[in-house]
Amino acid sequence: MTTNSLVQLALYCLIIVLTTPVLGRYMARVFQGEKTLLSPILGPVETVVYRVCGIEPSEEMSWQVYAGALLLFSVVGMVLTYILLRLQGVLPLNPQHFSGAQMSPDLAFNTSASFTTNTNWQAYVPEQSVSYFSNMVALAIHNWMSAASGIAVAIALVRGLTRHSGKSIGNLWVDMVRATLYVLLPICLVYALFLVQQGVPQNFLPYVHAHTLEGPVQTIAEGPVASQEAIKMLGTNGGGFFNANSAHPYENPTPLSNFIQMLSIFLIPAALTATFGCMAGSKRQGWALFAAMSVMFVAGVVVCTTAEQRGLPAVAACNVMVKPTSSQPGGNMEGKETRFGISDSALFAVITTDASCGAVNAMHDSFTPIGGLVPLSNILSGEVIFGGVGAGLYGMLMFAIIAVFIAGLMVGRTPEYLGKKIEQYEVKMAMLAVLVLAASILGFAALAVVLPLKAHGYWNPGGNPWTNVNNAGAHGFSEILYAFTSATGNNGSAFAGLNANTPYFNLTLGMAMLIGRFLMIIPLLAIAGSMVKKVPVPVTSGTFPTDSGTFVVLLLGAVVLVGALTFFPALALGPIAEHLQMIHGKLF
Amino acid sequence: MLKIIKPAILLTAVFTIGTGFMFPAGITLLARLLFPGQANGSLVRSHGVVVGAAHIGQNFTAPYYFHPRPSAAGNGYDASNSSGTNLGPTSDKLIHGSPAAAGSSGFTGIAQLAAQYRKENNLSASTPLPADAVTYSASGLDPDISPANARLQAPRVAAAAGLTLNQVQLAITQSTRTRTFGLLGEPRVNVLALNLAIARLRAHSQPVQ
Repeated sequence: MTTNSLVQLALYCLIIVLTTPVLGRYMARVFQGEKTLLSPILGPVETVVYRVCGIEPSEEMSWQVYAGALLLFSVVGMVLTYILLRLQGVLPLNPQHFSGAQMSPDLAFNTSASFTTNTNWQAYVPEQSVSYFSNMVALAIHNWMSAASGIAVAIALVRGLTRHSGKSIGNLWVDMVRATLYVLLPICLVYALFLVQQGVPQNFLPYVHAHTLEGPVQTIAEGPVASQEAIKMLGTNGGGFFNANSAHPYENPTPLSNFIQMLSIFLIPAALTATFGCMAGSKRQGWALFAAMSVMFVAGVVVCTTAEQRGLPAVAACNVMVKPTSSQPGGNMEGKETRFGISDSALFAVITTDASCGAVNAMHDSFTPIGGLVPLSNILSGEVIFGGVGAGLYGMLMFAIIAVFIAGLMVGRTPEYLGKKIEQYEVKMAMLAVLVLAASILGFAALAVVLPLKAHGYWNPGGNPWTNVNNAGAHGFSEILYAFTSATGNNGSAFAGLNANTPYFNLTLGMAMLIGRFLMIIPLLAIAGSMVKKVPVPVTSGTFPTDSGTFVVLLLGAVVLVGALTFFPALALGPIAEHLQMIHGKLF
Repeated sequence: MLKIIKPAILLTAVFTIGTGFMFPAGITLLARLLFPGQANGSLVRSHGVVVGAAHIGQNFTAPYYFHPRPSAAGNGYDASNSSGTNLGPTSDKLIHGSPAAAGSSGFTGIAQLAAQYRKENNLSASTPLPADAVTYSASGLDPDISPANARLQAPRVAAAAGLTLNQVQLAITQSTRTRTFGLLGEPRVNVLALNLAIARLRAHSQPVQ
């Protein structure tokens, strides 16, 4: 790593460390229904929303009702998006005259599942297939709704862990409305305007025809980009307005907009650890999670940046500079932008896959094998390295339960977390979530590699699914593995060479996204429902402190061991095999 | 059940109106008021005609202009079809290219791009090339090249444009942007801005044409 990349990383960490307690405390107030600075302005709006929707804010829900309401809300949103995408041809704000032809039924299913689950996997080229209306209304509303529901689930789980002798874990509607009004909206308002100032467009113009200096006409895609970009990053959604996502100069025009985009990915997930600490009545509990996340984050940045800076031997053989100088970036610049260079591209890639964001400012498919292994492993870890808004915290709390369970096994004592006994039911539910996600990733990836399909058929016109890869050799397998990892992990980034816009991939990836979101959330809400009933046991000398350094190490061990044991064989076939081939000069 | 159906539908409606319509509309109004140029895409005009956008790269092939990075957006710098190559580190095609065949246009590999770049700029095989000069950008619309890349092209541009090397190098320096706060991003030269400067210099030095 260069000095510059180290200083940038340090500055990034410093800012997150500073914002975490402030925003975390604020969110704790918001979700405990307390008055905040913004209450005088937003309070009346909140009341109107409750009245219009028939919500009784003081009414709390059992975990079953909370989960049921969330599922129902997601179904309504997903159906709405499906219909709007299919009908985009007759809807307004469509200067390029896109229609249902660009949004086939299978693609519309995949896309609506994708945005509903906070994945934002895009099997289509946005500027060639979706209208401004589709972007703004059919898709971007999910950036808000899925972010709000993710935060709500995390808060519900925290309530389950921290309340005692109760039955209810909060009111989903209230949590979502408050998350949107008090957290997402004020930040996005300022953020979107900042992005415009930096050069992100915000208009409804038809695509501009520029007469270039050399003569040919260049058609430049436009649109209401900034308003979508802000929530895309803050809500860890990641669905681009353009195909190149945050690598597109209109989505991310400057190094400063890039740095702020990176900060906005971790802002809420990191702060939620402090919210957890506040609600648990012990800030150290939150910092313990934060510490475990930070260690894995920094390790990922170091490995990824080093690999990318080292570049490709075959490119270096053409006498292309690998070492950075003051006037050129060196390294593996394939699929990277000049204004970001190696450091900011690698840093962004690690952040976006630690969180479930999935926005990209460089093409992960063109990363070096080890550089690409890091984003893939980050998603495979369960996206608990800060993770998605809400999703990161509830994922990490799941691993905390597994960690104290392992600790309990080692000393032969019933494990406790936050003073409550962790019993068979909770461990079963946590393991269920882990196993279902692993089965979805590995099962779907394996199926795509072996399933024979007829050429020119409906499901996959190219024939067998594995022929849809853009790269031969081990890298082709990585493309497929990354796709199902990204879908199940609700990340949305891609080794984008894979042609995923066929009925077979649209259907299986769409299913993986739904599994990854809801078969994670339901077991965790079940844990919340079971934990909320329990009575805390008094702390004794035998209690394992979950705010200690030992716990942080144990938690790290749980995340790394579960991930490594489950996925190492698959990784060995993909990026690890490719790395060995690359250093021996093999090309496919 | 009924008790959760009503809020599920109505809250979706509220989100659709609030975040789907009101938020983008509000941002559009404020953006137009505060930053009208950027809101409309930072378009660059020359003699009243839109010649491009400040942040969007465009293609240049003439010897008297600086050339941008290789692009995989459409057929090159298609600003309605952004894309990288998505070719990986062990791709033979990425290094050695592939010939044009029925149904697919050819692809120029990095080895060929390097040879072309050396030939165009009269560089020997022993001159190391900046990484950005021979690699495809992520968006295919990268507006910038590295300062090292610009400097290697300067002698060719000066000769073809009928300008002195000093004039061209001065233009490069004026179009170069350093790291933000000395820290963020990479030093870079905006190709469109630089070529507009070259076009102005040419117009002054060759008034009759």
